[in-house]
Amino acid sequence: MMHEVTSIEPAVAITSVSHCYGKRRALDDVTFSVMPSSFAVLLGLNGAGKTTLFSLITRLFAVQHGQIRIFGQDVGRAGAALRIVGIVFQPRTLDLDLSLLQNLIYHAALHGIGKREAHARAADELSRIALSERASDKVRNLSGGQMRRVEIARALLHRPRLLVLDEPTAGLDIKSRADILAHVRQLVVETGTAVLWATHLIDEIADGDDVIVLHGGRILAHGPVPRVLEAAGAPDIRTAFTRLTQSAEAQIEAP
Amino acid sequence: MTTDVSASPLPTGFAPRQYVICLKGIVWREGLRFLHQRERFVAALVRPLVWLFIFAAGFRQVLGVSIIPPYETYVLYEVYITPGLMLLIQLFNGMLSSLSMIYDREMGNMRTLLVSPLPRWFLLSSKLIAGMAVSLPQVYTFLAIAWFWEIEAPLFGYLAVLPALVLTGLMLGALGMLMSLTSKQLENFAGAMNFVIFPMFFASSALYPLWRVREASPLLYYVCEFNPFTHAVELVRFALYCQINWLSLAIVGGCTVLFMIGAILAYDPSRGFLARRGEAGVGT
Repeated sequence: MMHEVTSIEPAVAITSVSHCYGKRRALDDVTFSVMPSSFAVLLGLNGAGKTTLFSLITRLFAVQHGQIRIFGQDVGRAGAALRIVGIVFQPRTLDLDLSLLQNLIYHAALHGIGKREAHARAADELSRIALSERASDKVRNLSGGQMRRVEIARALLHRPRLLVLDEPTAGLDIKSRADILAHVRQLVVETGTAVLWATHLIDEIADGDDVIVLHGGRILAHGPVPRVLEAAGAPDIRTAFTRLTQSAEAQIEAP
Repeated sequence: MTTDVSASPLPTGFAPRQYVICLKGIVWREGLRFLHQRERFVAALVRPLVWLFIFAAGFRQVLGVSIIPPYETYVLYEVYITPGLMLLIQLFNGMLSSLSMIYDREMGNMRTLLVSPLPRWFLLSSKLIAGMAVSLPQVYTFLAIAWFWEIEAPLFGYLAVLPALVLTGLMLGALGMLMSLTSKQLENFAGAMNFVIFPMFFASSALYPLWRVREASPLLYYVCEFNPFTHAVELVRFALYCQINWLSLAIVGGCTVLFMIGAILAYDPSRGFLARRGEAGVGT
């Protein structure tokens, strides 16, 4: 059961989304979109609302206000929209007592992919992350960087068109971070997958990326790097981020 | 190998076969986890066997059991408490499955399940079925050991009891799932278990016939009567002797549906209270 896309829809379109935990507002009128085959960075400090936004995109939370559409499908109305989303959460979500292959097969089953097909796809993905020889090893015996690569392989197993990653390089050493970032960037080029990459690490942004600056639950700037620099009147993205967040703080503190 | 996904058509809905694949996958994973925890299997067996070999042997001389349905003659006390001990295995199994759900929430594994595109009700029901399925080999192993202890039910009873065990396993699993929602951390849940497992087990017909309980305390008798565990024990007791206790069947069936609906609603992203407290169903 499939339906054809007739025009270029955003991979994910977030429109006027707000979210509260009780009286605390975690997201305030957030609007942005990520186009297919693009790499978008959701940049924000800890507590900016990145994880809440990811929980809404992945349907762990229900959207309270606004709308989230994935390739035109409203996430709130059709959970099946998640069929084309690959997800890498900030905390590790692999089963440590299962092998790499078993983790992948389990994920495939959760997407209704049969064992034979799942084995074939798992072999492809493990080969892509150069961990084929460790397919039978328990996940707990892997390094942090390897676990992240397996999580990305798992997220790609059902051939998603949108990959969302919540701080995927948190806690990793410099080389592992660079490897994972390069791996995901290569995916965008090779497969046309759209990527939404949440991070608080400015050095993970490249000149060709789209950047969404999230602070205190609000979008401060959104667009290609040059546009964000122009909006902040800054020479580089680090300065732009500092200026934008300081300006937002000042507005909050102003009487 | 790379696959260009950017121009592929968007999938909608799922075929029945895919639901079956998903269910099988969840049961398979639960089974693997159980196999990896051999001590859990041993503990699940030792607990009822201690009751059977020590407690029941000691109390055999003290407690007489009159002829009550489904028994057609006097039975040994060990025979009487066997259905209760089968349910004790399922009760612990249900609570441990729930404990693993809290562990999964803390560790983040639960997210893997909850972000599956299949309907949330189906995923949670599959999780319950998986937990119940794991309890069945434990119960049958206990019955096999009990058989060597000369606690024998009619041969067909071992088959007839299977549907009853499926239902009671689902009921206790759903109860555990509901309980898992009330605890944010493993430590809290361990305390909650003491408030559920022991009162449920002791305030039931697992160890004493209800007529004896009524003689001792009418109030306790009514507590036992309202305890769904009592009816689970009676359902299994009758089924083991190839009979159906319709009242127990209705109560256990009703409670199963009620607990399952409660757990599914609570884990539903638009209704569940996990989201309200910012837990994402699953950690923070």
